[in-house]
Amino acid sequence: MAEKMLEVKDLKVYYEIKKGLAQTFFGKPQVLRAVDGVSFHIDRGEILSLVGESGSGKTTTGKAILQLAPASGGSILFDGEEIAGKKDLSEFRKKAQMIYQDPYQSLNPRQYISDIVGEPLDVNGLVTTQEERNERIREALESAGLTPADDYLYRRPFELSGGQRQRAAIAGSLIMKPEFVVADEPVSMLDASIRTGIVKMMLEQRDKKGVAYLFITHDLSLAWLISDRIAIMYLGKIMEIGTAHEIIKNPKHPYTQALLDIMPVPGKVLTEKRRILEGETPNAGTEVRGCKFCGRCPVAMEICGQVEPENKEVSPGHFVMCHKYTAGAE
Amino acid sequence: MSLLEVKDLKTYFTTSKGKTKAVDGVSFSLDYGQCLGLVGESGCGKTTTALSICQLLPKEGKVEDGQILLEGVDYASMTETEIMKHRWADVSIIFQGAMNAFNPVKKVGWQIAEACMHHQNLTKEQAWERAGDLFEMVGIARERVSQYPHEFSGGMKQRAMIAMALACSPKLIIGDEPTTALDVMIQAQILELLEKLRKELNMGMILITHDLSILSETCDKIAVMYAGKIAELGTVDDIFNHPVHPYTKRLLACFPNINSEERVIPDGIPGYPPNLIDPPEGCRFCPRCAESMELCGSEEPEFLQVGPEHFVSCHLCKEGGEQNG
Ligand SMILES: Nc1ncnc2c1ncn2[C@@H]1O[C@H](COP(=O)(O)OP(=O)(O)O)[C@@H](O)[C@H]1O
Ligand SMILES: Nc1ncnc2c1ncn2[C@@H]1O[C@H](COP(=O)(O)OP(=O)(O)O)[C@@H](O)[C@H]1O
Ligand code: SF4
Ligand code: SF4
Ligand SMILES: [Mg+2]
Ligand SMILES: [Mg+2]
Repeated sequence: MAEKMLEVKDLKVYYEIKKGLAQTFFGKPQVLRAVDGVSFHIDRGEILSLVGESGSGKTTTGKAILQLAPASGGSILFDGEEIAGKKDLSEFRKKAQMIYQDPYQSLNPRQYISDIVGEPLDVNGLVTTQEERNERIREALESAGLTPADDYLYRRPFELSGGQRQRAAIAGSLIMKPEFVVADEPVSMLDASIRTGIVKMMLEQRDKKGVAYLFITHDLSLAWLISDRIAIMYLGKIMEIGTAHEIIKNPKHPYTQALLDIMPVPGKVLTEKRRILEGETPNAGTEVRGCKFCGRCPVAMEICGQVEPENKEVSPGHFVMCHKYTAGAE
Repeated sequence: MSLLEVKDLKTYFTTSKGKTKAVDGVSFSLDYGQCLGLVGESGCGKTTTALSICQLLPKEGKVEDGQILLEGVDYASMTETEIMKHRWADVSIIFQGAMNAFNPVKKVGWQIAEACMHHQNLTKEQAWERAGDLFEMVGIARERVSQYPHEFSGGMKQRAMIAMALACSPKLIIGDEPTTALDVMIQAQILELLEKLRKELNMGMILITHDLSILSETCDKIAVMYAGKIAELGTVDDIFNHPVHPYTKRLLACFPNINSEERVIPDGIPGYPPNLIDPPEGCRFCPRCAESMELCGSEEPEFLQVGPEHFVSCHLCKEGGEQNG
C-alpha cells in the first residue's frame, strides 16, 4: 500500500494587484488568482509532475506547499500534520526542500561550492565537528554526481558549467536528506545532452532514499518519462490529473489533448497540419467565468462560459475538470 | 546560384586567455525558400556563425578566414558602408528574447515604421502603411500599430519582432533560438508563421536551436554543429532517419519520444563540450565518443560526402572504417 506523504486540499494563493490610481479610488483592488483551488496528494517515494504554461501557477503552488509563498486558503498536510499556518516549521524545513530552475541565481557567486552546499547544515545546526561537516558535503556532492567531490569543494559557481552548477545546487538540497523535494524546472535551462544525467541522479535518490518529488516542468515528454502521475495546470487550476500513462496515452481534457497534439515528433514528416490553438492564455489577473479554458477551447459549449465544471473521476485516480464529462452535458 | 554559400568560415574571438575558435571551418549552402536548421549544444558556435553572416560580430570577434557569398557576392570583401546597406536589405536576424528589445516608450508600429523610413526611403505616411501591412502579415490586427509594447503579450511581441525583421523584404532571415523563451503553444504558432512567410516570400531561412525535436517539421536541411565545426549536414531525412556521425546519433537519442510505449530515460552524452581555446587534437568529439579509434585522437576527420546532400566529418566514414548508418 502506498503511504500518503503530502496532501494538498483546495490550496489558494491570491495576490492583490495595485492598478492605477483610478482603481484604488473605486475601492476593490483587482485580485490575481495565481493558484485557485488546487488539490492533490503525493505518496512517499512518488513523483508527481506539474505541467503547464508559464504563469499557470506551478512555481507558486510549489512555494506555497513549502510555505515560501503565502497561501490564501486551503490545507497542506505533511505526514498527516497541518503545515499551513504552522508556527514552528523547523522540522518540516529539514524534510522538504526546493530546487530552483536557475542555478545562476540560486548560488552565491562569491562562495565556495563547499560553503554553498554546507550552508543548510550550519543554518540548522546539524553537525558539530568540521570533519562531520566535510563528510556530509562530500557525500552530497557525490550523490549529485560531482565526483570526485574534492575537485569541486573549493571552486566557485562561475568555474562550473551550467550542468555542474545545477548539480551543486541539488547537492545543497540533498545534504538535508529530504523526504520531499519540489523541483522547479530543474533542467529546463540545460542542454538536452546533460539533462537526463541530472534527472537520472534525481531518480536514484528516489530509488535509494525514497525521496518524493513534485516535479515542475513545461515539458510533457520529460514528465512522461519520469513521473508516476501527471497534473496539467492552466490558469491556477488543475485541469486533469492521473497516472502518467493515462494522461499521455488517454488524455481526456481538451487542453491536455491540445498540448499533446503539438508535441514535435522527431523525424516525422508531417502529412497533415497540426491543430495549434489560437490566441494566448489570458493573464492570471483576468476574471474568467465558468471554465478557465473556455476562451480557447475548440469544443466549448454554452454552459462552459457560465458554470465552472466539477472535478470528475473518469476512471480510478484519473480526474478531469471539464463539462464534457459531467452527466447531462453530452 | 545559391542564395547563401558559406565556405570554410573561421571566426575567432580574442580573449585574455587566448583565441577562442568559436567557428572553425564551417561550410554549407542555402537556396531561396529553403530552411536550414543549425543545431548543437550551447557554446558550439551557432550564434557566432549567425553573427558572422550578418556582420554583427562584437569587436573582439573576427572572421579570420573563409567566404560568405550572398547571391555570389562575397560579404567578407565589402566595405563597411556596403555591408550596412546589404545587411539591412538582404539579411535579417531575430534573436532569442528579441521581443524584449522594443523601446517601451515608443509605439510598436512606429518603431517598425522608423526602420522602413530609414532603410527604404519611405515617407512617414508610407511607412505607417507599411507597418500596418507587416502587422497583418504576421497575424496582428492592423489597428494595433499605435499601441505600446506593454499592451502586447509575449507571443505578439515576438510576432512584431518578425514584422520588424521583414521590414526591408530580406532574402535571408536568421532566427537565433526565436522561440526558446516561449511557451509550447506559442512556439508552435511562431514556427508555423515563419514557415508560411518563408514560403510566401521565397526567403532563405536559418533556424538556430538547441532543440533538435522542433526541426523535423520546419526545415529542409539540418547542420549538426559540435565545438565550432559541422559534424554532419544533410536533409531532414538523412539526419533523423539515417544519421552517421556518432554525435548526431547520441544527440538524437537525448530527446524522449512521447509516442513510444516504453519509458526509457535516454543516456545523454557523457562529459562536456571542449574548451575552444585549446580544443582537443584530431576529432573534437573524440573525448566523448564511444566509437573512437586510435586515429581519432591525432588526425582531424575530413568533411566527406556520403550521399547526394549528406556530409559527415568522422573517420568512420572513410574506407576501412565501419559505417553503420
Ligand atoms: N509575488 C507575486 N506577486 C504577484 N503576482 C505573482 C507573484 N508570484 C507570482 N505571481 C503571478 O502568479 C501567476 C503564476 O505565477 P507562477 O506560479 O510563477 O507560474 P509558473 O511557475 O507556472 O510560470 C503569474 O501570473 C504571476 O505573474
Ligand atoms: N564575445 C565573445 N568573446 C569571447 N568568446 C565568445 C564571445 N561570444 C562567444 N564566445 C565563445 O564562442 C563560443 C561559441 O559561442 P556561441 O556562438 O555563442 O555558441 P552557441 O550560440 O552555439 O551557444 C563559445 O565558446 C563562447 O564562449
Ligand atoms: S469545460 Fe467546456 S470549455 Fe472547458 S475544457 Fe471542457 S469543453 Fe472546453
Ligand atoms: S572521428 Fe572518431 S572520435 Fe570522432 S566521431 Fe568519428 S569515431 Fe568518434
Ligand atoms: Mg515557474
Ligand atoms: Mg547562441
